[in-house]
Amino acid sequence: MTPLLDVQNLRVSYTARSGQSSTALANVSFALQPGETLGVLGESGSGKSTLAAALLRLLPANGRIERGAIYFEGQDLLRATPRELEKIRGDRLALIFQEPSLALHPAIRVAEQIADVIAAHKSFARRAVREHAQQILAAVFPSEVKRIGNSYPHQLSGGQRARVLIAQAISCGPSLIVADEPTASLDPETQQEILALFRALRQKFDLSVIWITHNPLLLEGFADRVLVCYAGRVVETGPASSVLSSPRHPYTQALLRCLPPSTERGLANHKQCLPVIPGEAFVSVAAAEGCRCRFEPRCMERMVICTEREPEMIQLNSTHGASCFKHVD
Amino acid sequence: MEPLLRAENVAKRFESGGAFGSRQEVRALAGVTFSIFPRTTLAVVGPSGSGKSTLALCLACLEPVSSGRIWFARTEVTALDAEGQRAIRPSIQMVFQDPASSLNPRMSALELVSEPLNIHKRFDKPERRDRACDLLQRVGLPREKAAHRPDEFSGGQRQRIAIARALALEPKLLILDEALSALDCSVQAQMANLLIDLQASLGLTYVFITHDLAMAAHLADEIAVMERGQMVEMGAAWSVVNAPQHAVTRRLLLAAPGVCHSALEPQAV
Repeated sequence: MTPLLDVQNLRVSYTARSGQSSTALANVSFALQPGETLGVLGESGSGKSTLAAALLRLLPANGRIERGAIYFEGQDLLRATPRELEKIRGDRLALIFQEPSLALHPAIRVAEQIADVIAAHKSFARRAVREHAQQILAAVFPSEVKRIGNSYPHQLSGGQRARVLIAQAISCGPSLIVADEPTASLDPETQQEILALFRALRQKFDLSVIWITHNPLLLEGFADRVLVCYAGRVVETGPASSVLSSPRHPYTQALLRCLPPSTERGLANHKQCLPVIPGEAFVSVAAAEGCRCRFEPRCMERMVICTEREPEMIQLNSTHGASCFKHVD
Repeated sequence: MEPLLRAENVAKRFESGGAFGSRQEVRALAGVTFSIFPRTTLAVVGPSGSGKSTLALCLACLEPVSSGRIWFARTEVTALDAEGQRAIRPSIQMVFQDPASSLNPRMSALELVSEPLNIHKRFDKPERRDRACDLLQRVGLPREKAAHRPDEFSGGQRQRIAIARALALEPKLLILDEALSALDCSVQAQMANLLIDLQASLGLTYVFITHDLAMAAHLADEIAVMERGQMVEMGAAWSVVNAPQHAVTRRLLLAAPGVCHSALEPQAV
């Protein structure tokens, strides 16, 4: 099967005002099959939001894709003209931003904001656009569709605004949605509702999803595969069930150990210190390019070789890979 | 043992609108009664809009209550005049969710931490400086970074500054309003450890407001569950997560990622 999205050796850098350039992503490769949900897991500074922006060629002016290829539905997005990109974005490939209160126009009713997306891509008559927008709203809101469509963003709750963004994203029937922490600012109950909505929409519209998050717990039972990022590198990738339950990279292992224990286990070490990853993610990013493992300064299993070269992705089996020297025979 | 803080029937109403005669009253808190004992942690959990943050502001004397009474140690705070409240505020300090917006970006870490001492005219100048330095070290910030401004720190380090600042006046009660929510998982663990350590060494009492039930269960002695301004369930952390009584608590547990769900299965009683 040809993948829906094929990212090869992607490398993105930002240039600071001082002229200094820093690499935000390097050697990022992955493929996504139609209908698949990929969870991208990473903490601040891991490059996960840069990845989202790069996939849609929406990097800020000082960001640059230096190398690599992004094939989407067989087309190389890095060679697409601005016009071609405009047609793809929002239509075949949609992005959901992190902050629903910032992504919506404050002074336009939400039904119109959804209609605007449809009108930009489809040559429907005005009436048909409006009807289509109502149908899309009905797909994401269980009730009160009319009232919500006529509301302004500030009249809606955080969860409702997140739903409006999802409605915009699915309005033109895309094959892939990239969602950058769409539930980060919501409470856990609303998060679960949004996840449930995504599950339903995925089936109904045959969607592929790239779900970017810093919270590994949100990916359990939701993502098919997981990509773990650290300091601009993919450190581990594999089926969600195996990455989350038996991680193989020291970073993923340490990250999952940091979580407060589930309540059954938790009672034994209630109010006891949690295991932590020593040091700051911040500092280690400064490590020079290509000559050492990025996680080495914070790693508990460091070896001499970790400071000499950067590890490559090592396939542990046909689906699970980790970039760590401890898996080299 | 006497409670450090006691709230009795606390209610808070806000009036909204009113410009065109459409005055509406919002009931943010109603009939909230509880006590917190010294050196313990009370976690307050509940969905968005349940009144958790309003409760925090009332406890910190930053919002007047509409009715009801709050005692801190033996003083009835709700009966105090402005002067009296000013005198009690240093003992009750708050840490907010987003250190990027709660810290003045133009002040250095050292200035931020010594500012409360300046305002309350405690100690002389060199002593304030020394104390601020000690506090920064206490919360795990490198000494050489004392002169740096908030934007030169990572999110976790900024929250450490906010905690150091809250500790400057040697409070007895620290109200942490979603203080860990904006941080990465690995940083949350570091901060949780810091809170545990500070509680043990300084004898602090915490009100820990959060969405995160797993963290609440880990850090708290007692958990209070709020919904629509009311405390619907309160009890030992262990029993609230393992034998939830109220429907709201069950719903929160079901939604909480990483919390064991066995407690929610139909009980064979």
